[in-house]
Amino acid sequence: MTDRSRLGEGPLREEVPAPLFIDPELCTGCNLCLEVCQVDLMLPHPEKGGPPILRYPEECWYEGSCVEVCPVPGAIRLVHPPANRVNWKLKESRS
Amino acid sequence: MLVLGGGIAGCWAAIAAAREGVGVTLVEKGATVSSGAAGSGCDHWESAATNPCSGVTPEELTRAMIADHGGYNNGISHYIECREGYDRLLDLEAMGGKIRDSEDEFAGAEFRDEKTKFLFAYDYVNRFTLRVWGTTFKSALHAECRRLGVQVIDRTMATSLLSEEGRQGGRIIGATAVNGRTGEFLVLRAGATVLAMSRPTRIWLFSTGLPGLSEFRPPQCTGDGHAMGWKAGVEFTMMEKSVQAEWSGERSYPPYGTGNTHNTWYACSMVDAEGREIPWVDRDGRLLESVSERYRPAPGQRFFIKGGGESYFPLHDYLGPDTLPVDQLLEQGFKLPFYADLPGMPELERRAIWGLMVGEEGKTKVPILQNYTGAGFDPDTHLLQSYGDGWRSGAFLPQERQLFGLPGGMMNDWELRTNLEGLFAAGDQLFASNCHGHAAATGHYAGRHAVEFAMHAADAPISAEQAEIERDRIMAPLDRKRGLTWKELNAAVARQMQHHCGAFKTADLLESGLAALDDLEEHEVPRLRAGNPHELIRTLEVMNILTNARLILHASLARQASSKHLQW
Repeated sequence: MTDRSRLGEGPLREEVPAPLFIDPELCTGCNLCLEVCQVDLMLPHPEKGGPPILRYPEECWYEGSCVEVCPVPGAIRLVHPPANRVNWKLKESRS
Repeated sequence: MLVLGGGIAGCWAAIAAAREGVGVTLVEKGATVSSGAAGSGCDHWESAATNPCSGVTPEELTRAMIADHGGYNNGISHYIECREGYDRLLDLEAMGGKIRDSEDEFAGAEFRDEKTKFLFAYDYVNRFTLRVWGTTFKSALHAECRRLGVQVIDRTMATSLLSEEGRQGGRIIGATAVNGRTGEFLVLRAGATVLAMSRPTRIWLFSTGLPGLSEFRPPQCTGDGHAMGWKAGVEFTMMEKSVQAEWSGERSYPPYGTGNTHNTWYACSMVDAEGREIPWVDRDGRLLESVSERYRPAPGQRFFIKGGGESYFPLHDYLGPDTLPVDQLLEQGFKLPFYADLPGMPELERRAIWGLMVGEEGKTKVPILQNYTGAGFDPDTHLLQSYGDGWRSGAFLPQERQLFGLPGGMMNDWELRTNLEGLFAAGDQLFASNCHGHAAATGHYAGRHAVEFAMHAADAPISAEQAEIERDRIMAPLDRKRGLTWKELNAAVARQMQHHCGAFKTADLLESGLAALDDLEEHEVPRLRAGNPHELIRTLEVMNILTNARLILHASLARQASSKHLQW
């Protein structure tokens, strides 16, 4: 079976009820992610430089343009909902 | 020139018109740089029949596409795709899009032309579908729009068409729109208008928890163009066609993110739960010994279309290689679950599927390629589980339906005009449309012809009354503090459509469904509330979904006989 802990690097949905995890330490608040989001699910932080606010996370299409445009690796991550996670196994394995 | 919709078709219409030197305004509900079903990528470009390596002519290919769907296809728009799709690819390259293996990553591959460095998919003998680096396309189109001086109005939803003297069926002379961030109401005048606003979704499928994953296409592709067109008097065809759902994000697994053998994953090897290889056969049931044979027509066959899964009732003439159907495999003792066996593929084929196509296709670069890799998936050693037959990644009920597989849409003539003067249509706005190359080719073509019309169109004043009535209609939800949310109405429409317009359709059922939708229109729409302009956009979308559901019921009631190809 897939090692679930490796898929679980993203936030638990109880902690962040969202498809996106923004690391406030890494995020520079440039808002590029917000501007490429075709669904427009984020709002700018009220303070300049703060991370965007996920206002309508449930509208996410899980497309990833926001991650692609982010200039800081790891500042924003897209995590599929648990019901969307897929299994894989080593070719030799029979489990 | 006014272009409504900033996806692939809309951008191409705007570019074609701007190149003719006319002023162009492009209105897009999201962000043109990324919007549309193909905003985040495209892995293969179909029907490029005029590329120098093609073994088929545009005429042959168009005739095959019409025949393969029993005549229920848009011969005009697909002929445009076959004739001009390759020209658009070359245009894209000039704008900075990547269409060739210029770094020789696939040097020596069977699917590569060494002279042009083009990579091909599916039929390697006839070479009319190209593998492309589509994640470079949308930003290039957006930049070209800006360079040509197109006025791009993002975050703005077109809500209605304005007609001469405000009359239904009259010449289209503009549109209204509302900004989803500011709530500003716009009245736009135009000599000609191109509608490029995709096709209806969320008619039968809606997830209240994850509405963004309700369907295969982006959540904001709600068929706004269909709804406003119908109200303005546009003629449609095939709107009664729907198919049992194949894709949604919420009811299945991530598109292209499960083991399968079709489309992006064609022609990946599969194994069963015990590692037994799943056999591939040609159209005549002949067992294919090598991977290479999966990419070749059968003995005596001229060419094949896409390799299974495109037409629901494919003709023997154009049927490509495929695995045996799942029920036959189970009878032969193969055990579920099945897995995609990337490690079992020749190295260049493996890299073409995982890394090129899964990576360049929309919604794959970050959610599939990067995330799976980050979680430890290795295409050289791992088997990826399959969750459905064909290219499906889930199982749906018969009443869970979608407009998919060449659905209905606006009627068009040889200039991609609708029946309304001044109004043109492109991409998935058209009936029996699909795919990136079709959107690009028809967008450009509609843009050119719309300019010709606009050049000679007489000036006509906007009817202030028509614009004011529309303003009052769309702003009303902002004034209500209590009432119904968009999600509640969408769930209600989907429920009614599943019950009354599912797998079985009879006049009594359809009429009962129409009465239920009329009731929603009369009693629930006037209760809709929106807390801000963003929620207003979502609310107006569901009002359009309700309108489109009614359009589908009316089309169904007009049909008097069953039809295999319309799945009706």
